[in-house]
Amino acid sequence: MASEASKAIDAKVLWGGGRSPFSVSYGKMMMWFFLISDALTFGGFLGALGFMRIKFADVWPVSEQVFFHFPFVHHTHLPLLYVAFMTFILIVSSVTMVLAVEAGHRMNKKDVTKWLALTVLGGAIFLGSQAWEWSTFISGSEYGSYRLADGTTATLLEDGNLEMKSGDIVSGAQADQIKAESEFVQGANLHRNEYGHQLYADFFFFITGFHGTHVLSGVILNFIILLNVLKGVYQKRGHYEMVEKAGLYWHFIDLVWVFVFTFFYLI
Amino acid sequence: MERDDIIEYSLDAHHSEEEGKKIRKKIWMVTLILTVVTTVEVVMGIFLSKTVVGADSGVWTAIKLAYIGLTLLKAGYIVMVFMHLGDERKWLRYLIIAPYIGFICYLLFILFGEASWITMG
Repeated sequence: MASEASKAIDAKVLWGGGRSPFSVSYGKMMMWFFLISDALTFGGFLGALGFMRIKFADVWPVSEQVFFHFPFVHHTHLPLLYVAFMTFILIVSSVTMVLAVEAGHRMNKKDVTKWLALTVLGGAIFLGSQAWEWSTFISGSEYGSYRLADGTTATLLEDGNLEMKSGDIVSGAQADQIKAESEFVQGANLHRNEYGHQLYADFFFFITGFHGTHVLSGVILNFIILLNVLKGVYQKRGHYEMVEKAGLYWHFIDLVWVFVFTFFYLI
Repeated sequence: MERDDIIEYSLDAHHSEEEGKKIRKKIWMVTLILTVVTTVEVVMGIFLSKTVVGADSGVWTAIKLAYIGLTLLKAGYIVMVFMHLGDERKWLRYLIIAPYIGFICYLLFILFGEASWITMG
């Protein structure tokens, strides 16, 4: 049996023996297999996030109160709008990708080039947006916060008053007492988080960071394939299946973001 | 080395201009659906956030379930139309979706059967 298992069998016999398993090519099926396992990794991340936010529900930050900044707009409360913009960019780049795949099925090199280039551009805009989002989160609120004994934080306002997690404004002697007794924190990283529980910041960096790494490798892959399209590699091969396989990966990135958007930002 | 991207037996590897027109129409339709659903989610996020409706109210539970429903709707369109899983053979579809059905059952089992330590503090 061992010799049977180690015997080299020609790919043409296996996949080209007059039929292919599930009527897909080898590469496409293996891309699906990779995505199945990759999605389980993200599933583990989001599952852990779900359990922890139930456990620490009292001191878990509300994302609408953390992510309300928008580039070039100051002193305005725009909850979730920037994340919504990022989501929209990723959906649009997924659309341009599926249009590139469609153009590939028609063997239309010009259209594939156009749509794939736009996909690379969309991915780059998303990465830039994520960098901005990270830097905003890391530098924190304008005047910082005080960490209270119960684990919640009170945000320092311009006039020296404190805004509690409940939304109440505390001023005067009471505010001075809180300031004297509590630790001052500004910004968030893996050691401190001015918005609330530390795990909120940890999950933010790990989940969006792991997703962002996927986007980065996706942009690089798409760019390499774009160069191959321009060189006419796939035109000569007779099919654009490579675009389709990279497309599966790219849509998967969009798919993961749809879940991150719901489970990290919305709920 | 033998090429392993032999696609002669793949489904829908090529299509004509007329078919392309129909497929593109479907793509734009799905784009519209995804955009509308995302907009609805964001509007809900702004006007019906946890602090507005109150964390303990049944309304917040209903909103959370609505978010999960809308997310699954978006995921379904992305996987079935953009990733063309809807056009693949039935058994390939099952092969890919089955692990997640198991995974979700597992998560629900852990949540309802084994996660009492979370609320015990």
